[in-house]
Amino acid sequence: MTLVAALDDLTRQPGVRGALVVSAEDGLVVADALMEDVDGGAVAALTASLLRRMRGVAEVLGQASPQLVHLVGGEGSLLAAPAGAELLVVAIARPEANVGAIRLALKRAAERVS
Amino acid sequence: MRAIEPWVEPPLSAFLAESAARVTLLMTASGQVVAQHGFTRSLDVMAAAALGAGIVASTTELARIMGTASLGNASHQGAAMGIFLSPFDTPRGRWIALVVYGPETSLGLVQLFFGRMVADLAGAAPAAPKAGPVLAENFEAELNASLRSLFGR
Repeated sequence: MTLVAALDDLTRQPGVRGALVVSAEDGLVVADALMEDVDGGAVAALTASLLRRMRGVAEVLGQASPQLVHLVGGEGSLLAAPAGAELLVVAIARPEANVGAIRLALKRAAERVS
Repeated sequence: MRAIEPWVEPPLSAFLAESAARVTLLMTASGQVVAQHGFTRSLDVMAAAALGAGIVASTTELARIMGTASLGNASHQGAAMGIFLSPFDTPRGRWIALVVYGPETSLGLVQLFFGRMVADLAGAAPAAPKAGPVLAENFEAELNASLRSLFGR
């Protein structure tokens, strides 16, 4: 399955505004399926930084690396999951979206692209 | 961080704080240094500025030979650190940024906040001063003043 096909599966979920595959180390976009008003480059850079810091927090706490990060904002959510050692899969969702279904789709996408 | 012109400092400070870049050099297209952060020796700054301007000049010429529009930024990913080199337009003409960053940040973050700095510099630039005649006796005094601004001596 190609990266784009994995993202299409994710963006078919109701309420998803976009999804990206991101290079974990560089914070650069590898593939994306985004609505026009979403700045993919900014999302990729900031999400990779967030995941790196979350990994640091987990290490300090003696925990395993996070399998999924869910950031809830006033106007929606951002969900991100590592896909192997080098990639991240990111989804951006509206507030009314079914976050449970998106989490499952995100994990599936992460398994497919890793 | 040191800058020849004070209006450059706020955008550059914000970029340094947000991108976590280790070294940053802003220069004109001809290699004249406008601002620097992270260098301790003036010789290093002059060498880096000359090399950075040379690389951009070379890639611009390559683009012309290839019949394409000007090439954008260039990045070099090393084992311990990366280098980001990008020309950009300002109200004062074409400038070049040379950024060195470590594993505490990423190329994506450097690019993201670099774009914001370019926009901030465009908004912060005052009207260009009227160019006066270039006199030999002024040249050395201006060069010394620029070096004092950049290195505090």
